[in-house]
Amino acid sequence: MTAPDTLAPARPKAAPPAPRKQRKGWRYAGTVAVFLLPSLVPLTLYTIIPMLGSLWTSLHEWDLITEMRWVGLGNYIELIGDPETRAAFLHTLSFIAGYLPLVYAGGLGLAMLLNRAMAGRSLLRGIYFLPVITSWVVVALMWKWLLNPASGIVNWALGLFGVSGPGWWTDPDWAMPSVILASAWKDLGFVMIILLAGLQAIPREYQEAAMVDGATPWRRFRHITLPLLSPSTFFVVVISLINGFQVFDQVKIMTGGGPGGATQVVVSQIYDLTFRYGRAGAASALSWLLFAVVLIVTIIQIRGQKRWVTYG
Amino acid sequence: MGRARGWIRSEARTSIGARRAELGQIARYLLVGLGALVMLFPFGWAVITSVTPGDAVLAVPPDFTPEGASLDAYGKLLETLPFWRIVLNSAWIGAASTVLQLITSAMAAYAFARLPFPGRGALFAVYLATLMMPLPVLVVPLFIEMRTFGLVDTYFALLAPTIASAFGVFLLRQAINQVPREFDEAAVLDGAGHFRIFMYVVLPLIRPALATFAIFGFMASWNSYLWPLIIIKSPEFMTLPLGLATLHGQFTTQWDVVMAGSVISVVPILILYVFAQKHVIASVAQSGLK
Repeated sequence: MTAPDTLAPARPKAAPPAPRKQRKGWRYAGTVAVFLLPSLVPLTLYTIIPMLGSLWTSLHEWDLITEMRWVGLGNYIELIGDPETRAAFLHTLSFIAGYLPLVYAGGLGLAMLLNRAMAGRSLLRGIYFLPVITSWVVVALMWKWLLNPASGIVNWALGLFGVSGPGWWTDPDWAMPSVILASAWKDLGFVMIILLAGLQAIPREYQEAAMVDGATPWRRFRHITLPLLSPSTFFVVVISLINGFQVFDQVKIMTGGGPGGATQVVVSQIYDLTFRYGRAGAASALSWLLFAVVLIVTIIQIRGQKRWVTYG
Repeated sequence: MGRARGWIRSEARTSIGARRAELGQIARYLLVGLGALVMLFPFGWAVITSVTPGDAVLAVPPDFTPEGASLDAYGKLLETLPFWRIVLNSAWIGAASTVLQLITSAMAAYAFARLPFPGRGALFAVYLATLMMPLPVLVVPLFIEMRTFGLVDTYFALLAPTIASAFGVFLLRQAINQVPREFDEAAVLDGAGHFRIFMYVVLPLIRPALATFAIFGFMASWNSYLWPLIIIKSPEFMTLPLGLATLHGQFTTQWDVVMAGSVISVVPILILYVFAQKHVIASVAQSGLK
């Protein structure tokens, strides 16, 4: 796999920094090793080696108890032709399509609002961050209760306006939107705090210079804030996609993959394969299929970042 | 509001501008205030549940003024679990994991952001790739590996998978990328090498991102459930999520006790958050990036 050189961003100014005077080479091997090894060694031991272990498992039929039985690519062939697997991928994609725009737009709006001087700002940021640190168990149960079609507060409130609310998690058409809503609500604070850290790193001089030039707030946002925030945005989008493909906890607790399989996503299928059907080999194979999809999506993003991400 | 910032001054040139700024302020407060209420809801609900005896909380429609509210659930929690031991375990593992992750991730992030070396892009892709494997699949091979090294049921096994964090490397690399290279160049002219640039130029400037990552790192360790469940057998190494899970089994889900545990489990992270948050603001105020 030839990875793109993600670290040569198109920089607006051509000012080669002093440490890069020498040609690219092993001159810094010692320094590079000292900076990298503290994370590379544990990452190899405790993540990369287990990943290779699951790759090995995926070529077998295994119920975690008896001997492994070699099946080669059998698991992969079976999964690719399996309509349930395709449905799980589709459900996962529809989750991402709803969740990502919602959580980014909301998080950015909040970060902008809370980046300015206002009374009780720290408290407010803390409040918005609360759902992020609360466990999914509490959060999912609460949403289930709020969105209860018969007795939930949401439908009661809609009733006040003469709208009869949907059956949320009992209706196959509304179950996924319910999960998306709860997830976006929970992760809003995560996006907010990452973007706040990014906003705070933007030197004020730029904004002030633009104000002196008479730029409107919208133009300042569009031409200064957004471009300078793009490394943070890139981070949020990449991480949200990686996590979005692995959506599981909230599905497990809120809907269990139902109703009628309407919210069965890839990782909940992996879970069922392992613990309901005792098929660790097939579960590993499905994990690697998911891995391949996420990897391709991430590589596309890294390739594309040069076009819109500006580094200082 | 007391400190008139530049943006207020510029918009307040005319009285109409001033009125508009004031209305904007009011709208902003309304918006974030309403949002805050929506955000606070689950926490309020968990607290109410924890002081509501038995299953009264599952009543339909929900009753927010439970008769005979009590702290019984918290008492039960302390009786059924070696609670302080569990909290202490979780706290020190969380702290150790956070410190280790901060050190290893910041160093790697600096290498990826500022040290050109052959294969840098490819290696970074490998780091990112480790985030793409669903955890439920990794725990089985990881357990087998730990058993081979004779590390099952040890503190080290709990800590090991969290020493390095690809998420942290990525987050901090993006933060370092936002630091203008002119700062490095100034230090280089003063004769500083990479270690000194890292320690005295880059680290102070990415303090907000470090504080952010510290919260996430601690949170991941504090709430982690699946891995401890598989690798820990003896009660003496038990962490908080495991303890809460045993509550689930012991009582046929006594929500008041489970929620009491949940409430207590959020408090330390909240304290850490408040502390880190102050730190973020202070660091920005001092960093010369005003």
